[in-house]
Amino acid sequence: MSFLNNVITGVSLGSIYAIIALGYTMVYGIAKMLNFAHGDVIMVGAFMCFFAMGSFGLPPLVGVLLAVVVCTVLGMVIERLAYKPLRQAPSLAVLITAIGVSYLLQNGAQILWGAATKTFTPIISPTNAAGEPNALQLFGGQLSISYVALLSIVVCLVVMVSLTLFTGRTKLGKAMRACSEDKGAAQLMGINVDSTISMTFAIGSALAAVAGVLMCSAYPILSPTTGSLPGIRAFTAAVFGGIGSIPGAFLGGILLGIIETFAKAYISTDLSDAVVFAVLIIVLLVKPAGLLGKYVPEKV
Amino acid sequence: MKKINKNSLNGFINYGIVIAAFVVLQLLLNRGALSNSLQSLLVPTCCYIVMAVSLNLTVGILGELSLGHAGFMSLGAFSGITAAIALQGLIPSPALRLAAALLVGGLVGAIGGVIIGVPVLRLRGDYLAIVTLAFGEIIKNVIMVLYIGVDEKGLHVAMSEAGLHLAEGGVTIVKGPMGAVNVPKLASFTAGFLLILVTLLVVQNLVSSRSGRAIMALRDNRIAAESVGINVTKYKLMAFVTSAALAGAAGALFGLNYSSTVSSKFDFNTSILVLVFVVLGGLGSIRGSVIAAALLYVLPELLRQFKLAEYRMLIYAIILILVMLCTNNPMLKQLMDNTIGKFKKQPAAAEKGGAQ
Repeated sequence: MSFLNNVITGVSLGSIYAIIALGYTMVYGIAKMLNFAHGDVIMVGAFMCFFAMGSFGLPPLVGVLLAVVVCTVLGMVIERLAYKPLRQAPSLAVLITAIGVSYLLQNGAQILWGAATKTFTPIISPTNAAGEPNALQLFGGQLSISYVALLSIVVCLVVMVSLTLFTGRTKLGKAMRACSEDKGAAQLMGINVDSTISMTFAIGSALAAVAGVLMCSAYPILSPTTGSLPGIRAFTAAVFGGIGSIPGAFLGGILLGIIETFAKAYISTDLSDAVVFAVLIIVLLVKPAGLLGKYVPEKV
Repeated sequence: MKKINKNSLNGFINYGIVIAAFVVLQLLLNRGALSNSLQSLLVPTCCYIVMAVSLNLTVGILGELSLGHAGFMSLGAFSGITAAIALQGLIPSPALRLAAALLVGGLVGAIGGVIIGVPVLRLRGDYLAIVTLAFGEIIKNVIMVLYIGVDEKGLHVAMSEAGLHLAEGGVTIVKGPMGAVNVPKLASFTAGFLLILVTLLVVQNLVSSRSGRAIMALRDNRIAAESVGINVTKYKLMAFVTSAALAGAAGALFGLNYSSTVSSKFDFNTSILVLVFVVLGGLGSIRGSVIAAALLYVLPELLRQFKLAEYRMLIYAIILILVMLCTNNPMLKQLMDNTIGKFKKQPAAAEKGGAQ
């Protein structure tokens, strides 16, 4: 049973990574930039929900909505002020700017909300009024899946399916794919490249807010640096699955969550990061563009 | 008489700047004009200058983005500390022991560079960047669970303190998550200065040599370089390993400057910090790296002394973003050039090469 328990913990953790990784991968696919500030948007989202629920006593759903709205706006503002002026710049310059934005968000949060670690109130509390765990009991209580874990998995699936439909069926989604393929040609076809990129950031940041709330509900600690480590792991997940590919981010996230949980359970808690990264390296050496990424040979 | 070309003249100017800075700082030190907090910054600043110059070799000269440079620093730091303590009986003179520790640090860094470089350099662009990041994190993680001890029989390495099986009188040097403890503070400003000079000597000579030109050719156009017979793996590895070795030596100096060092000090953020030095100093510009590293390392510490202490990292972040915007946005750049243009004879040349 402990094996099954680990699988479920891994999948639910992986679902959170996958939601974050989707944001990374969409932005990379369209703007060809590594948005290192993405992890800190997660943190901002979690803080928004924390204040909405803790300080104002709003219901969880309102808290999540507030987090999503704030992060969407934040993502679009960041894109407009920091990244848009650098559309033509070398990618290293954009990378450093993204790092600057990440510092800015972390330190801004630290000044506004303090560096001390806060305890997040999970959107579904771990125990119900009677003191029993809020979890789905299977096999006569041997296998217990917390509702937060279930919620993460369900949300991830919903996000994944709706994103696939969105990019495949809607006009805006098709515009996004066109932009990621060839910006110049897309512009000639009458697509507004700037607003499409802005939209991508908005969607990515909204997903980050959702992921932030889910993550802090599962692991209820919150500080200005909460987002950076999951951010790096999700970035790894995006590369793992093939950066730029939406199903790739999903697959990468889930696999990463499972590998991390298994490494913690069966190898060593301290070495779990090392194991995750070692697997990433091996995968990249065998498939240099990630699991589902397209390998584009250089043309002379 | 042999004509001095522009490259070597540039090199001499760099040595001149470093020597002049050293002399001025030494004079200030002797007069007691430097506050304690500034004095404590001298050696780390030297380390970060070496880190920046060595990373510039990978990012600016070779043109591959590395996000795991702190990993080599970590390797150097812990091997250097281990060497310094293990050789205590063998080499009594602290200065010689420091030199030996730096050599060991550099050597271990180089070995790490080969092990990491061979697989990593096959990848390209962002994938290469993420794998260097991964290796940096792996190094940090593994050192965090490593226990190293020494007794009369030699070095012992294990995953737990009990696993070391040290004989009577043995010393535990590295204690897993607690890091290296009871480290002798061998590092000195003079040693840091000499290390910078050695770094400049190595990097500048490499860049202006035949191999250096091959490396830069690979950066500018890999396919063209390959087709004129440049051995891609060999030259990429040469630049990468040199960079790793120098970072290892810098790490050893850094480690021996504090009485204890933990491996989480050398994380992703440290790698990014050094990368910021390199990019703001100018890709491929050795002098830029030296100056940017010195200024940017000391700047946040100076801000600490003002009332703005709380806001120092915020200011740092804003400056970072503004500098990147002003130097890379065509419109802002034009505006800057027009303003500064009156004082300059010619507009700044477009940035060449580097990791794109």
